[in-house]
Amino acid sequence: MSTTLQPASTATEQFALRQRSPVQRVQHLLHSYPAISPFLVLVISFIVFSTINPRFASANSLSLVVQQVAVIGALAVGQTLIILTAGIDLSVGAITILSMMVAAKLAEGAGLPGVLAVAVGIILGIGAGLFNGALVTRIKLPPFIVTLGTLSVFTAIGLLYSRGQSVQSSDLPSLLNWTGESFRIGQFRITTGVVLVAALYVVVGFALANTAWGRHVYAVGDDKEAARLAGIRVDRVLLSVYTVAGAIYGLTAWILIGRAGAASPNAITDANLESITAVVIGGTSLFGGRGALLGTLLGALIVGFFRSGLSLAGVDDQYRVLAVGLLVILAVAVDQWIRKVKA
Amino acid sequence: MTTPVLSARGMVKTFGRVVGLDGVDLDLYPGEVLAIIGDNGAGKSTLIKCLTGALVPDTGQMFIDGQPVHFKRPQDALDAGIETVYQTLAVAPALDIASNLYLGRERRRPGFLGSALRMIDKKGMRRDAGKALADLGIGTLQNMAQPVETLSGGQRQAISVARAATFGSKIIVLDEPTAALGVKESNQVLKMIREVRSRGLPVILISHNMPHVFEVADRIHIQRLGRCAGVVTPQTHTMSEAVAIMTGATTLADTPGH
Repeated sequence: MSTTLQPASTATEQFALRQRSPVQRVQHLLHSYPAISPFLVLVISFIVFSTINPRFASANSLSLVVQQVAVIGALAVGQTLIILTAGIDLSVGAITILSMMVAAKLAEGAGLPGVLAVAVGIILGIGAGLFNGALVTRIKLPPFIVTLGTLSVFTAIGLLYSRGQSVQSSDLPSLLNWTGESFRIGQFRITTGVVLVAALYVVVGFALANTAWGRHVYAVGDDKEAARLAGIRVDRVLLSVYTVAGAIYGLTAWILIGRAGAASPNAITDANLESITAVVIGGTSLFGGRGALLGTLLGALIVGFFRSGLSLAGVDDQYRVLAVGLLVILAVAVDQWIRKVKA
Repeated sequence: MTTPVLSARGMVKTFGRVVGLDGVDLDLYPGEVLAIIGDNGAGKSTLIKCLTGALVPDTGQMFIDGQPVHFKRPQDALDAGIETVYQTLAVAPALDIASNLYLGRERRRPGFLGSALRMIDKKGMRRDAGKALADLGIGTLQNMAQPVETLSGGQRQAISVARAATFGSKIIVLDEPTAALGVKESNQVLKMIREVRSRGLPVILISHNMPHVFEVADRIHIQRLGRCAGVVTPQTHTMSEAVAIMTGATTLADTPGH
């Protein structure tokens, strides 16, 4: 910076226009587009895994990856919404299992018609989300504690209601199994469940990026008090986020029945951590207010790529667990670094 | 005399055993700059928080244009046309300039995209945000898509003031707007205050900086120990007299200007 006597504005302008180092440029770029890093990881892992075993890049294998990722990918949409508000949801899996078991038990053996069973599942998800949201906004409990509690509560209710028994797909109306039906696009095999998940990403992604509600979700997670002073009804936004997330879990319960070919109370035991993992690897900040839904999709796919790629490379599955763990740490470290960005 | 735009009577606010406000009256007349000065803990910030809905007073009445109002949350004051620039710079750091300027008041796109899909008008908001900042003489900010956390304190302050000036239809309240700013940026804020007054909007200015207060204020409300120690004007009282009243070294009745 020049030290000659100049009008202050010129000096500050020069300061503002000073050359950024390459590292600072990368930092700024990642700051503006947090989905870049998961995108790079996805591309690199694709290249590496398909080099090791060309079967990785085959339509069959990729279709399978997408189907495997669909359920966690859908749950991660709800998880993203909650993490954007600087919260966390540990009851993701519990709500999904509860919705699924109640819907399946009611519909078992030509009980409730399929449409009603699906509706009951989604409504139950909404109710559970609303319950979480009410505890967070009305009683002002931290989301971690609320959902840690409801994780046990909803899991227990689901198990008690279903008496711990699974319902086989043959005992269910065809609509409940519909999400597992597949069709071909060229070489790729796509299930209707995958299509539903894609639609979910489009709708929620649009709402987050292009509506006032989306802005408010970011603002609440970024600085709650600033949002309140700007006239945003913070509690309403939070309640809406937990409720929408609950609805998404209820919908995912339906997708899970199709994927698993049964409604089992022991399904997706790792859903909580896996959904959080997808969100974090996707570049969304655990401290709220930063991130994008696109990143979550990439994060979920990265985990799927590692699972399929490493197994096709003939490596023990524990290496996937190890690699994903390292990725999570790396992603949070990158997030911390990006947050220190200066003008 | 004309009806005050805003008047408050007997405002009391306690925090547990601490008395923040102890029965304060305040009047704001059309088109004036009313400064509120006071030592730390005198109740300046508590007073304006009560006036802007950020806090709810225990007792006391408020009137806007003579009509009684009760603010339970900031939105109520915003709806009544009172815009506030808070000392804490209430901006969302990760959001961009335009989003912050329009936060809580996002504009929708015309037609189907806006009404059915509720799409917000990002381009239009960015364009008008740039215009609003330029109108207040802030030309240094060009990129409205820039996140606020990459800006200096002065630039953030400019955004808060621009937001208030754009949306304030009745009153603008500024809490220590120059406290964190350099000389040039402070002068810019003072210029903005005059610009806002020339539009006919009354301004409440809370400040520790006596030269700034005496430069722009029409009347000065002096807070002391949770009460109003008097209202003076730059014409009737000197800076040192105002400070003396503020610190309790003298009283309004003892100062010659009275």
